[in-house]
Amino acid sequence: MASLITCPHCGVRPKEEFTIRGDASLVRPTLTASDEAWHDYVYVRANPRGRTLEHWQHVAGCRRFLVVERDTFTHEVHSVTDGAAFATENGR
Amino acid sequence: MRYSAFSIVKNALSGNLKWKPQWRQAEPKPHYDVVIVGGGGHGLATAYYLAKEFGVKNVAVLEKGYLGSGNVGRNTTIVRSNYMLPGNEPFYEFSMKLWEGLERDLNYNVMLSQRGVIMLYHSDVQRDAYIRRGNAMWMEGVAAELIERDQLKKMIPFLNYDHARYPILGGLLQRRAGTARHDAVAWGYARGADRHGVDIIEHCEVTAIRRENGVVSGVETTKGFIGCGKLALAAAGNTSRVGEMADLKLPIESHVLQAFVTEGLKPCIDHVIVYGGGHFYISQSDKGGLVFGAEIDGYTSYAQRGNLATAEHVMEEGVTMIPGLSRVRVLRSWAGVMDMSMDGSPIIDRTPIDNLYLNCGWCYGGFKATPASGYCFAHLIAKNDTHPVARALRLDRFARGYAIDEAGAGPQPNLH
Ligand SMILES: Cc1cc2nc3c(=O)[nH]c(=O)nc-3n(C[C@H](O)[C@H](O)[C@H](O)COP(=O)(O)OP(=O)(O)OC[C@H]3O[C@@H](n4cnc5c(N)ncnc54)[C@H](O)[C@@H]3O)c2cc1C
Ligand SMILES: [Zn+2]
Repeated sequence: MASLITCPHCGVRPKEEFTIRGDASLVRPTLTASDEAWHDYVYVRANPRGRTLEHWQHVAGCRRFLVVERDTFTHEVHSVTDGAAFATENGR
Repeated sequence: MRYSAFSIVKNALSGNLKWKPQWRQAEPKPHYDVVIVGGGGHGLATAYYLAKEFGVKNVAVLEKGYLGSGNVGRNTTIVRSNYMLPGNEPFYEFSMKLWEGLERDLNYNVMLSQRGVIMLYHSDVQRDAYIRRGNAMWMEGVAAELIERDQLKKMIPFLNYDHARYPILGGLLQRRAGTARHDAVAWGYARGADRHGVDIIEHCEVTAIRRENGVVSGVETTKGFIGCGKLALAAAGNTSRVGEMADLKLPIESHVLQAFVTEGLKPCIDHVIVYGGGHFYISQSDKGGLVFGAEIDGYTSYAQRGNLATAEHVMEEGVTMIPGLSRVRVLRSWAGVMDMSMDGSPIIDRTPIDNLYLNCGWCYGGFKATPASGYCFAHLIAKNDTHPVARALRLDRFARGYAIDEAGAGPQPNLH
């Protein structure tokens, strides 16, 4: 249930403690990237029905950014990773 | 059959056994000039105006469920044109005017009730923002009134005026705004479209879009292949999924919005009241139930059900605004999946594929738009030219830097 998120630092917490920032699968273009690349990054979303990656910030807890892997149809949460760890793992 | 006082009496005298179905159960033909995906309010209105106003009669509407099973049957029925930004206000006012003539046009009772929509303010800053919005409305020729606290107390005595954090100082009123019976809007347009020869095909899901030489030639459906000259998408919360079938990349996220209705009460709430301290809004249905909702659940979702924490939050906001609400029992709750667009405003446009047309991004405000959306979309499909009041609603506005961001929230769909 996406109304409960297991923060890797704080444990199981209600979603009200978090701010949701949206799609975490997007990679920020370089400053010199084309207008089209920036347009896609800022405005275009894959919006899948199924598994998706999102940024949730634990504002009322440890204040860390987290990457939550969630199913947009069942609301099931598959994994929660610390944002910095996720970035390192994915070479960002 | 035309409805009239006479037809009601006549049918009553024959035991109400001779009413005809309101639209035919059509089976798909091999080819249509225009196929519309989505039998919600917008798809049906588009079909109606295509046939009636623009003379395109060989049209089919394909609906994966039953007619009205999407957002048109799930919304909280508010119609208004109290928008602020130039790209939006003329469009929604065009819609308001169509609403005002709709029952006569359709020969159907959509129960339009212009009971007035009042948006409450709780601080000087918010009052200034509402004055500005009211002025923006007047500039488009739409009447708005600022109601001060004392006057408001007489109009709506049961609000919590002295809340410590959000005292109610007044409100912005649009008297012509109100509600309409949502199902009746879908049924009325369906009946109207059917009478002009449109095939309405229910339980027919579009599963793929077929293209030949770069143009759309038809759709694969659960009832087989259906060919078309032009394909029009009006799939509300599922736009990304249908768009993907034609490789469209869209500025859309799907989010759920919940709504609630209480047990039936004697008439007590005369207006649509919108709580400026949060996002709560409430009205009373003609059956007596209080109908209300608030913000979206916050994260992307295709679930058509919400989470309980948000339901609790909605109740808290409601009771903050109207303490007496705590004594009323909630009868039902439900949720709808909506397209939240990147600026909170809709999209009516052609796509990079010449004969593929797009109507999407209505967020949680698309019910009031149903007539204008249908009219403008039909105009676009029939003439290949954007209707003047929908010019600002084009898909390339993000790339051009002309987003229409009523909420000023930036490209973050869950904040609109
Ligand atoms: C809880 C809630 C409250 C709301 N309150 C208001 C309000 O008070 N005022 C207001 O103005 N707006 C409101 N809205 C928004 C409004 O309901 C929508 O913006 C509007 O109804 C969307 O247009 P539609 O009627 O065509 O959508 P829908 O009725 O959802 O129509 C789209 C149809 O497409 C069909 N479809 C999808 N995919 C396929 C496919 N592959 N093949 C075939 N068919 C398909 C769906 O089954 C659906 O029936 C609210 C929305 C919700 C959820
Ligand atoms: Zn934490």
